[in-house]
Amino acid sequence: MTQPEDNKRAASHQPGDPNTTGHTWDGIEEFDNPMPRWWLWTFYATIIWGVIYTIAYPAWPLVSSATAGVLGWSTRGDVASEIVAAEEANAEINARLAAIKMEDIAEDADLRNYAVSSGAAVFRTWCAQCHGSGAAGAVGYPNLLDDAWLWGGDIENIHLTIAHGIRNEEDPDARYSEMPAFGRDEILTPEEIDQAVNYVMSLSGTPQDAAQVEAGSVVFADNCASCHTEDATGDPEQGAPNLADALWLYGGDYDTLTETVNNSRFGVMPSWSNRLTEAQIRAVATYVHQLGGGE
Amino acid sequence: MLNYIKLVVLGLIALFSMMAINYARDEAYMVHAIIVLLLSVGMFLWILRKTDEPDIPIDYSGEYMDGVIRYGVIATAFWGVVGFLVGVYIAFQLAFPALNFEWAQGYANFGRLRPLHTSAVIFAFGGNALLATSFYVVQRTSAARLWGGNLAWFVFWGYQLFIVLAATGYLLGGTQSKEYAEPEWYVDLWLTIVWVAYLAVYLGTIIKRKEPHIYVANWFYLAFIVTVAMLHVVNNLTVPVSIWGSKSVILWSGVQDAMVQWWYGHNAVGFFLTAGFLGMMYYFIPKQAGRPVYSYKLSIIHFWALIFLYIWAGPHHLHYTALPDWASTLGMVFSVILWMPSWGGMINGLMTLSGAWDKLRTDPVIRMMVISLGFYGMSTFEGPMMSIRAVNSLSHYTDWTIGHVHSGALGWNGMITFGALYYLVPVLWKRERLYSLSLVSWHFWLATIGIILYAASLWVAGITQGLMWREVDANGFLVNSFADSVSAVIPMYVVRAIGGVFFLVGAAIMCYNLWMTVRRAPAKEASLTVAVPAE
Repeated sequence: MTQPEDNKRAASHQPGDPNTTGHTWDGIEEFDNPMPRWWLWTFYATIIWGVIYTIAYPAWPLVSSATAGVLGWSTRGDVASEIVAAEEANAEINARLAAIKMEDIAEDADLRNYAVSSGAAVFRTWCAQCHGSGAAGAVGYPNLLDDAWLWGGDIENIHLTIAHGIRNEEDPDARYSEMPAFGRDEILTPEEIDQAVNYVMSLSGTPQDAAQVEAGSVVFADNCASCHTEDATGDPEQGAPNLADALWLYGGDYDTLTETVNNSRFGVMPSWSNRLTEAQIRAVATYVHQLGGGE
Repeated sequence: MLNYIKLVVLGLIALFSMMAINYARDEAYMVHAIIVLLLSVGMFLWILRKTDEPDIPIDYSGEYMDGVIRYGVIATAFWGVVGFLVGVYIAFQLAFPALNFEWAQGYANFGRLRPLHTSAVIFAFGGNALLATSFYVVQRTSAARLWGGNLAWFVFWGYQLFIVLAATGYLLGGTQSKEYAEPEWYVDLWLTIVWVAYLAVYLGTIIKRKEPHIYVANWFYLAFIVTVAMLHVVNNLTVPVSIWGSKSVILWSGVQDAMVQWWYGHNAVGFFLTAGFLGMMYYFIPKQAGRPVYSYKLSIIHFWALIFLYIWAGPHHLHYTALPDWASTLGMVFSVILWMPSWGGMINGLMTLSGAWDKLRTDPVIRMMVISLGFYGMSTFEGPMMSIRAVNSLSHYTDWTIGHVHSGALGWNGMITFGALYYLVPVLWKRERLYSLSLVSWHFWLATIGIILYAASLWVAGITQGLMWREVDANGFLVNSFADSVSAVIPMYVVRAIGGVFFLVGAAIMCYNLWMTVRRAPAKEASLTVAVPAE
């Protein structure tokens, strides 16, 4: 039938070879060997195992649900039981953490270690989205590694901030303050805003026009000092930032500062007391406090 | 008359692509429109010059159609080297992130090059290998010339256009973000047309075969062509945002989209990289060994078991996700049952060599084919094992998966393709023998050492990552951040990239050897060279 194009490559037979099926394609033949027994039995074994496994575990789709499996196992159930087990294992130390005075956590080495590793896990889950996984913050979201604190950097203040948040409407205990929109609401003229911005920039060492700065210091004393204080070092009681250092939440360049003074800023942080347990809040407060800037 | 119709159609395509360039809403679409414009104008001029020339019909019906296969062999070698080169580069990018150059951001950073690499090796290298060998095998084992005249040429060049559109699209950001199905809607439509033509050529040839039975290699090739058509269409059901832009929106949503994607993704492995390449194995191993296939029964049973079971295995890519548990269980169970049907191909190939084992010492081409079966067996054991939920909870999202894929792709697909190329080039260019068998040996050892470096380093890297990600302290809190696991595996990334260099150098040596075979190896005697379909 076929003419092999290369006779050397036609199948060669040897003494003792089994029968072939009798067909030839381009010189290729097929032996009539049975399937290897070990192969066949392993195949059967995997099928039997498969049947048993699908009875034991959720497997077969039905009309509106699926078989649940006689073992009652599910991935969600698995996670839930792992969480319960972890919570039970930590119940005692969590109770201690929730009961102790915040300042005393640092005294108890075991409790502090627990709080830091637990707080790190909470931070990576809930806080990293805004403050960054390394807590270095982003524009509009404070850096938690340095020692500049808008609302106070001692452990009690950090705890208060985390528990209730800032300027949110969900928690009546959230701390609140609002900077006026000096430009938008026509409290100051553009000329005065320009002077004030020049003054503020000069405070952190940026060279500015002396006359503008002089005029700006008057504008500042009349309009800004009530919150940011006379020397512009800020007031953590009302979340008024220190304007005399070179650290900026939104940016310290001329345009950004003008924007801030014109339209104000209104950074919001959610309240966590309705989402996290007291022990978790204390843990993450301890974690943030020991990052480097805690007072 | 036909030429006039072609001219009209090409003219319309050129006109449409000029409009598309004008209205293009994104860079990828515009560049693609320019490519199509240049092609259609070029073809227009080419056909215009042929029109009204005296046409002397030549009767080819007594010969096999080997021209397109020669082109396919060249394309396989070319795209192979391109794909391996990009792979080596992105491996170094992972180890040394500075290689993501600032000036090349948005074009040649890892995120853009990675799909270029995967598509180049799977669809350009693997796809051309499958096109060329399937056209060769179906003609020889059916004793019939390819059906459809120049349709086979359309399939070949149409497929190359698909590759160019896909590759340039990735670099310019035209992607629908589905792994291994990145090309956007118009590229998908084009591939569908090409693929249907491929199926027609293949089926047509089988239907007009002169042999009473269809050889097993053709079952595998046919299963590959039919199933890939189905997978491609279902996973690419998208609605274009605009006819003038590359962006489209997929019909599926949420977890259903994920399920369709991995049904596609896993069966791209199952039917493109397994069934199709088993077709290759079933022809070239018995030919090169000169021995009958070990067991006809085994080939039937493992073929049907393989194609029935593979199609269910996709959900194992989505363990511990939003996918319902029942689907995940089924994916895992079918994957484990798939173990023996996969091994059926390895057994049939290896046992075919019984009685010819001595050739392993003298014939490096056979050695290449045997090691490809070895890697095939290893990765089709590793796959079912990794599909087990408990193992997957460690291995998923780690570099273990990448290592697994590469022991399959480099070891199985790469090595069997190299073997087939070493077989085909002397036959297709009518040479007595290969230019140099010792260069084949060099290729064999470089590639093998490369794969071992690659797979071993990523086993270590993957298991390290898996263990670091799940490590918790005494109180149950996670110990490592993600970045810790990144810095831990960088030495492994360097080893892996070096393994890739070995593999690439081996492939370059192959290209030289094949080139010299065509140029220098002694020609065959004329009496043996004419391949005649038995008609």
